[in-house]
Amino acid sequence: MVDKLYQLTAHELHDLISKKEVSCRDVTESVLDRIRSVDDRVKCYVTVTDELALAQADNVDKQIAAGEPLLPLAGIPFALKDNMCTRGVLTTCSSKILHNFKPVYDATVVERIVNNGGVIIGKTNLDEFAMGSSTENSAFFTTRNPWDIDRVPGGSSGGSTAAVAADEAVIALGSDTGGSIRQPAAFCGVVGFKPTYGRVSRYGLIAFASSLDQIGPITKDVTDCALAMNLIAGKDFCDSTSLDVPVPDYTKSLIPDAKGIKIGVPTDFFGQGVEPEIVNSVMKAVEVLKDLGAEYKETSMKMVDYGLPTYYIIAPAEASSNLARYDGVRFGLRSDDSKDPITMFLKTREEGFGPEVKQRIMIGTYALSAGYYDAYYLKAQKVRTLIRQDFERLFEEFDVLVAPTSPTVAFKVGERAADPFQMKLADVLTIPANMAGIPAISIPCGYADGLPIGLQIIGKSLDEATILRVAYAFEQATDYHKRKPEI
Amino acid sequence: MKLSKEEVAQVAFLARLELSEQEIDTLGGQINRLLESFDRLQELDTENVEPTSHTVPVQNVFRGDVSRPSLTPDEVLANAPERVDNTFEVPRIVET
Repeated sequence: MVDKLYQLTAHELHDLISKKEVSCRDVTESVLDRIRSVDDRVKCYVTVTDELALAQADNVDKQIAAGEPLLPLAGIPFALKDNMCTRGVLTTCSSKILHNFKPVYDATVVERIVNNGGVIIGKTNLDEFAMGSSTENSAFFTTRNPWDIDRVPGGSSGGSTAAVAADEAVIALGSDTGGSIRQPAAFCGVVGFKPTYGRVSRYGLIAFASSLDQIGPITKDVTDCALAMNLIAGKDFCDSTSLDVPVPDYTKSLIPDAKGIKIGVPTDFFGQGVEPEIVNSVMKAVEVLKDLGAEYKETSMKMVDYGLPTYYIIAPAEASSNLARYDGVRFGLRSDDSKDPITMFLKTREEGFGPEVKQRIMIGTYALSAGYYDAYYLKAQKVRTLIRQDFERLFEEFDVLVAPTSPTVAFKVGERAADPFQMKLADVLTIPANMAGIPAISIPCGYADGLPIGLQIIGKSLDEATILRVAYAFEQATDYHKRKPEI
Repeated sequence: MKLSKEEVAQVAFLARLELSEQEIDTLGGQINRLLESFDRLQELDTENVEPTSHTVPVQNVFRGDVSRPSLTPDEVLANAPERVDNTFEVPRIVET
């Protein structure tokens, strides 16, 4: 048996499983062993579902023994951000208010993984209700960056990205509302993809901001990303906002050149306090793509500047409505001090939510309240239109836009936690794609003092295929994705 | 200051959050700072701009009037903090 199976990608493991060199049980056990040996330091997981995972792996092994065809991701261990419902398995959103919540159904993405032979290995830590950029807002603990244990993994899907970077999962799913897949993927040196809004079903994803939330894969390379997209993309009866459009085979995008691709480099993405080493790495990446056959041109996108305030009105407004359901009546926490209904609501929510969640509920409640609706919420929705139009203008000329994912590399635990305003700046370069609902990926493109740098590739609505092609071409020409942290 | 202490407390009550005095101070400060940062949006002329509520071209979604499998009462009540028979139990709402 090959040792260190946990280090391999899904497509490498698939080859070994199909040649019968290893069993699915071997793969799952290897990843579980890895979790046992490093997770006390990295702290990715809220729940490890070892028994469930081994049972699922054995089941796939039986199917292989019976001569059934091996699906591309069968036997591959998946980690899920702990805001995706798993039947009978604790789903907490890293919040005290859901500390005891065991869903009675699976999210559509979970159902798809399991139906295709995937193995659910555990539920990963996040900033409470996906509100944050470091996992420091988790009610339970802070996940650590595998590249430097004193630093944050980014957020909010920091548990998922750290798990993939530390080889504690082969593939993970995250959710991205303002950058929550891409920013932690950049911090952890892995591939993180936010598909077009509506490309992947949100059924069973615990809602944060419904017009922005989107599930996407976090992987060790672009090939695994394409395979995971094939698994999760597509219309779902249970999510009326999921799009009823054909889903291409994303592995067809894995072409090792960028011939004829027109790349726009919007300089406004480089002026947002972006560290010089990040600017250098991203511009070097653009040159690599040029050598691979792409053309590029600098351009401008003024609306980038307005993404942050627009987001911090729209997302909290939607959240204040979505989080009204946590009232102590039907599930989750109910305060012991519930002598009458109003007291039950007030005390349950006071005890159950952390400070960041309270802050956002307050902002949202205020922005939607009578007399302020037009000045804040309606204004933000109109600016959102302007952001979309700015992208549409650029995509008349370009196939993709290239920019940094984050202005900085991973920061130290505690460094920004005291100032929620500073923390929010971490998402300035990722928010615009959410505002427009368009797809964007982060892939590793360099290192600054041993910390990963992320390259963001933003594409046209529903054109995930071109993004994957550009990302794959870059990856094949470089070896940043092959480096691993020492833990 | 956009919001006074009293207004912060009022918004908290609307959101059914009971905040301590200290929370009203800290959260109030943070909220005021955020609200001030939103002023930048007023620089933009949005007079003739349609608002975006959703980025996908989906209007109404209809389905056939066909029954599908659904949750059993026990599943629906599985996470209930308090349960009586097939109902969620809550503190008394109406005085007898």
